[in-house]
Amino acid sequence: MKSINKHNGKVVPLDMVNIDTDQIIPKQFLKRIERTGFGKYLFYDWRFKSDGSINKDFILNQEKYKNCSILVTGDNFGSGSSREHAPWALNDYGIEIIIAPSFADIFYNNCFQNGILPIKLDKKIVKEIISKSKNENGYNLNIDLDSQLIWDDSEEISIKFDIEKFRKYCLLNGLDDIGLTLKKENKIQQFESTRSLTGGVVKK
Amino acid sequence: MTHNPKTLFDKIWEKHLVDENEGQPSILYVDLHMIHEVTSPQAFEGLRLAQRKVRRPDLTVAVADHAIPTWKGRNTISDPIAKQQVETLTKNCDEFGITLYDMYHENQGIVHVIGPDLGLTQPGKIIVCGDSHTSTNGAFGSFAIGIGTSEVEHVLATQTLRQFKPKTMNIHIEGSLPNGVTAKDLILGIIKHIGISGAVGHAIEYTGDAITNLSMEGRMTVCNMSIEAGGRAGMIAPDNKTINYLENKPFAPKGKDFEIAKKEWLDLRTDVGAKYDTKIIIDSNELEPFVTWGTNPGMVAPITGKIPNPKHTVDEDEKSSISKALEYMGLKPDTKIQDIQIDRVFIGSCTNSRIEDLEAAAAIVKNKKINPNVSAMVVPGSTLVKKIAEEKGLDKIFQDAGFEWREAGCSMCLGMNPDILSPKERCASTSNRNFEGRQGKDGRTHLVSPEMAAAAAISGHFIDIREL
Repeated sequence: MKSINKHNGKVVPLDMVNIDTDQIIPKQFLKRIERTGFGKYLFYDWRFKSDGSINKDFILNQEKYKNCSILVTGDNFGSGSSREHAPWALNDYGIEIIIAPSFADIFYNNCFQNGILPIKLDKKIVKEIISKSKNENGYNLNIDLDSQLIWDDSEEISIKFDIEKFRKYCLLNGLDDIGLTLKKENKIQQFESTRSLTGGVVKK
Repeated sequence: MTHNPKTLFDKIWEKHLVDENEGQPSILYVDLHMIHEVTSPQAFEGLRLAQRKVRRPDLTVAVADHAIPTWKGRNTISDPIAKQQVETLTKNCDEFGITLYDMYHENQGIVHVIGPDLGLTQPGKIIVCGDSHTSTNGAFGSFAIGIGTSEVEHVLATQTLRQFKPKTMNIHIEGSLPNGVTAKDLILGIIKHIGISGAVGHAIEYTGDAITNLSMEGRMTVCNMSIEAGGRAGMIAPDNKTINYLENKPFAPKGKDFEIAKKEWLDLRTDVGAKYDTKIIIDSNELEPFVTWGTNPGMVAPITGKIPNPKHTVDEDEKSSISKALEYMGLKPDTKIQDIQIDRVFIGSCTNSRIEDLEAAAAIVKNKKINPNVSAMVVPGSTLVKKIAEEKGLDKIFQDAGFEWREAGCSMCLGMNPDILSPKERCASTSNRNFEGRQGKDGRTHLVSPEMAAAAAISGHFIDIREL
């Protein structure tokens, strides 16, 4: 997995609450068996009209937000389905940081598996970032994961964010969870040797 | 009182700890890993690239359910991309030695329906699947959670899962369910009460007479939609109903083993005095048959109610959510729920496609005809459910009324197969999500119980089943 530490990028605001993974990546694209190439389907039903033409009203299609890499949005982002296609699509599109007051659990987890940093900030700050990114042209944020700081170029916004220490360590070092767990092979074996009957074994 | 009282969740968590270190996610052993065609191909590809094996193919079961067609006698998949996905599952299961129930197998069905059907789901187990509705299995007193594809790969490779311990939440229902109020209404009422992110970060345990009085099917409906309240998992302590349901199921322990298991299972409950991080009490009297009117499962109104008016909302985020939802749904504020006309009815999905659901719906449509403006379908949750339903003659009741009777699968719950709504079609659906485009681009979904869906199919609009 790629590592993340410092990031500077353009912010795009999606000023809505409860955006679910069905919106992030609609189901018709879940039939693909690849992990890559989902970016063109991101927010598909919002980005494109029924005839396949571009919906110019949708914020991601506005010139001002071209090449954005930081998504800022409302509460409970990523609710619903566990589809990891959602962070794959965001990442493939170029989003590396997502800022929201809160995230749905499975989506939040999935981000870390894919080198996306989801940052939880106070609702008031999120609203402020949303409003700045709407009103200014090319509104950028800087993120330093190691020091857990986030600030804008004018430094009107400059705050520390929280993140579990272990998640931060994994992102900074681009660590692979499976590799880490396989180092505990002896503990897994030990556990298996003592599993009870009601642990349940599937019969063939 | 026990010296160190624990919750049901804590007991299962502790029993499965392989390793724990301060500040790190715990490593938990997984007893049962269910996989399906949509969220597994990339996980197998990852294994291949890293030259890893599936550690416990014997604890892994695969089924094709999401992308397969449900038309009668299905013998091919016409969509080439879906076909490739299903074939990839078959190839991966062959290569890694995993039991697969493909669309021709008698054990095939929706992944969360077949686990219980076959007795693979058992109390005290940790069960995972790359699917958020894995929470369904919690109805048996297991800790069952949906995971992402990277985690699927992790479980395949290590038979363990890394998890930060969720908080615990007790949702206690005071009193028993009023007449005409089903398990589906109960969970919709819970989501209405706590909101769609009300249980984020929590494993929920449901308690109270209204819960214990439910059949296993009803408990599964409740646990299924825990994710729609944001919950990590939903659980109900095992009791004699749980035991009776599992006895003689194909993969449940047999004979003496069953007796030993039974004793352990009945001990799995929250100790008196154990503390939950969050406790919610809901009065069963506030429950009615419910209908969702918007684009998330928290947008719920009683059948006797009206569509809300955003004018009466103070919170700006909520106001714009309501307006956006009503625009998408093609509904006007203050419309009576019973005045909403429907075009389609879908009875199925991992929420409401079990035999009891089909029986309840059949009882309402028996000797009646569906409204001429409505097209309706029943999609049994599993091939086994379909077989039992046919033995009971339910297929005939539905077909005589004008319903289509289909093969088992996820079908129109998420429309990954050909079963989708056309733009602006309005559907009374027994599924779990009414998100924009969920059942088809610009399709309009109203979530209801099987009884309410059946009654709506007959009348052409929503009606109060208590008045039938």
